[in-house]
Amino acid sequence: MLRRTLLGAAATALVMTTGAFAQDDKTKVGFVYVGPVGDGGWTYEHEQGRLAVVEEYGDQVETVFQESVPEGADAERVMTQMALSGADLIFTTSFGYMDPTMNVAEKFPDVKFEHATGYKTAENVANYSARFYEGRAVQGFIAGNMTETNKIGYIASFPIPEVIRGINAAYLAAKKVNPEVEFNIVWAFTWFDPAKEADAAKALIEQGADVILQHTDSTAPQAAAAEASTDGTQIITFGQASDMSEYAPLPRVSSIIDNWAPYYIERVGAVMDGTWESQSVWHGIAEGMVGIGEISDAVPEDVKAGALEIRDAIAAGEMHPFTGPINRQDGSVWLEEGETADDGTLLGMDFYVEGLTGEIPN
Amino acid sequence: MISLEKRPTPSRVWTYATPFLAVALTVIAGGLMFAALGKDPVAAIRTIFYDPLFDPQFAAYSRPQLLVKAGPLILIATGLALGFRAGVWNIGAEGQYIIGALTGAAVGLALYPADTRMIFPLMVIVGALGGWAWAMIPAILKTRFNTNEILVSLLLVYVAENLLASMAVGRLRNPEGGGFPGSRNLSQWDSAANPELIANTGMHWGVVAAFIAVIFAYILLNRHLTGFHIRLAGQAPRAARFAGVEPTRLVVLCLGISGALAGLAGIFEVTGPAGQISIDFNVGYGFTAIIVAFLGRLHPIGIALAGLLMALTYIGGELASFMLGIPAAAIQAFQGMLLFFLLAVDVLTNYRVRLGRREASA
Repeated sequence: MLRRTLLGAAATALVMTTGAFAQDDKTKVGFVYVGPVGDGGWTYEHEQGRLAVVEEYGDQVETVFQESVPEGADAERVMTQMALSGADLIFTTSFGYMDPTMNVAEKFPDVKFEHATGYKTAENVANYSARFYEGRAVQGFIAGNMTETNKIGYIASFPIPEVIRGINAAYLAAKKVNPEVEFNIVWAFTWFDPAKEADAAKALIEQGADVILQHTDSTAPQAAAAEASTDGTQIITFGQASDMSEYAPLPRVSSIIDNWAPYYIERVGAVMDGTWESQSVWHGIAEGMVGIGEISDAVPEDVKAGALEIRDAIAAGEMHPFTGPINRQDGSVWLEEGETADDGTLLGMDFYVEGLTGEIPN
Repeated sequence: MISLEKRPTPSRVWTYATPFLAVALTVIAGGLMFAALGKDPVAAIRTIFYDPLFDPQFAAYSRPQLLVKAGPLILIATGLALGFRAGVWNIGAEGQYIIGALTGAAVGLALYPADTRMIFPLMVIVGALGGWAWAMIPAILKTRFNTNEILVSLLLVYVAENLLASMAVGRLRNPEGGGFPGSRNLSQWDSAANPELIANTGMHWGVVAAFIAVIFAYILLNRHLTGFHIRLAGQAPRAARFAGVEPTRLVVLCLGISGALAGLAGIFEVTGPAGQISIDFNVGYGFTAIIVAFLGRLHPIGIALAGLLMALTYIGGELASFMLGIPAAAIQAFQGMLLFFLLAVDVLTNYRVRLGRREASA
């Protein structure tokens, strides 16, 4: 990862002292990460996106990044310093960076900002997010087919729309193929805490779940499932954010992969040729931002084929994971027969669909 | 052969010289670490210590940021130092900081959108009370049941963190935030904002409070009977008892002051630089302040300087991190070295180093 040589660093230091006023035609792109680049999940995939940008544009681009930046005042300072150092485009890759991004963007009208998973935009601030729920539908289909205890454990992070959407999408898909299925949801209140995630996985398995879905970023639930799988009962899991293929073919049978590379390459390119404009995008399987990791051989042929069919149908726009009739948990009608959910409702989703038990914590 | 000989009284010269020696040793060891990572050590050290203060590109922004970052550190560390001097170990300032921010913000948000500048002082008072009350838990448990205040105060940090997460997605969530976690932005609501008092100085009420606290602590320790009792209780507990020092009163007083100051730091931060209650609002000021307190020799003036130095390593560390591609973990290790060397060279204050063979009669 640390590619620069001593000489290179010295050269950078030289550039640094004069860089402020030097005319260089390189496009400088900054990345602000919420976790360490080696987290194996969320930040790791953004880092892959950055490396893809470097690969694509080579010498035309200079990228800088800062890892483990706390959300709040510190983020604002890091972004400001990046802007001061001459960045042309800055990707801020966590929801909590939204207000800091808006504040800094106001002070640097000539610098472009791209904020991930938020909802605010400005002249020089775009936002982008991925329709992870599309992947959840594929996951739910496999889970519903493969569970033998009919109990599916779900490690949720925070009760925010993105997470609730994922639970609903997975549940609807699982229920469709297996009406007996039950979801048991544990709220971990963290995005990344291997110890907590492992505990959650163990608790769910003890309660009879033989499929573990996770909306947290570490591989700890995978390890816990592998450990619990020895005596006749097989627990299956899905990779989250990253492929987590080191746990394939079992317990990890597939995954949802965040693939930011195409988007980052496109947007850096837009800055280079001066066509960058603020926008708000929500890309899914079709655009390649959400990837379905390889479905392992542990999954029966027909289930695998069915899962791929769903993936392709969603990509082609022939299928929407939220298609009526769907009722809310309280039994009231949400979507009529054949109606599909609008993005506004999905973005603010704060309710379970009918059939899920328990309450969303408040 | 090197041998150590205990000094009859701690060396005055070394008391003041050791912090500087520790910084020098940190620079050397840190430089070696950066070199081992393939970075130019001189450029790295320069970026950390010199650029935030004097580099034309960054200094205008970084210098005021020093105060923003140092303010809460100094405020919290000043309170902690009083306790540490008396042998009362409040390790949970991080929790008191969170609760101060939560209670203060809750009072403010309950009055939203009232338009009166009286709300801000009210929030500050409630914030201080919140921190104080949270610190009273270990204080009362210690004085009543003789529990260990180190453990209790530390564990209460985790309780506070979970309360924070629950409030950010629940009671205090911004009703206009589309279901996303986080409260309304307090710094953008005039009645509650803690703005920069003089433009581009970084000076906000929290920084003012920090300097007032330093002055008060100085007077308390040097000119006041209570201060004498605090020092006495720490240096000679038995003598203190004979002198009529009531340990119970001292525990309550020290934990109370440090809790209230931590709470103040929290409310000033949430109404100013941070702006809102979010899941990850706390970024470790309460723990870093422990380092600052010791780096400053538990002396108020020393703490003010130590806070500024620590802030410099943060801001410079960030610069070094993205300008030179130094991993965030290496910057943290660098900060850790500072405390390590400080404690290590402490030996010089209390012991005389003798070179050569020890004489038999000595």
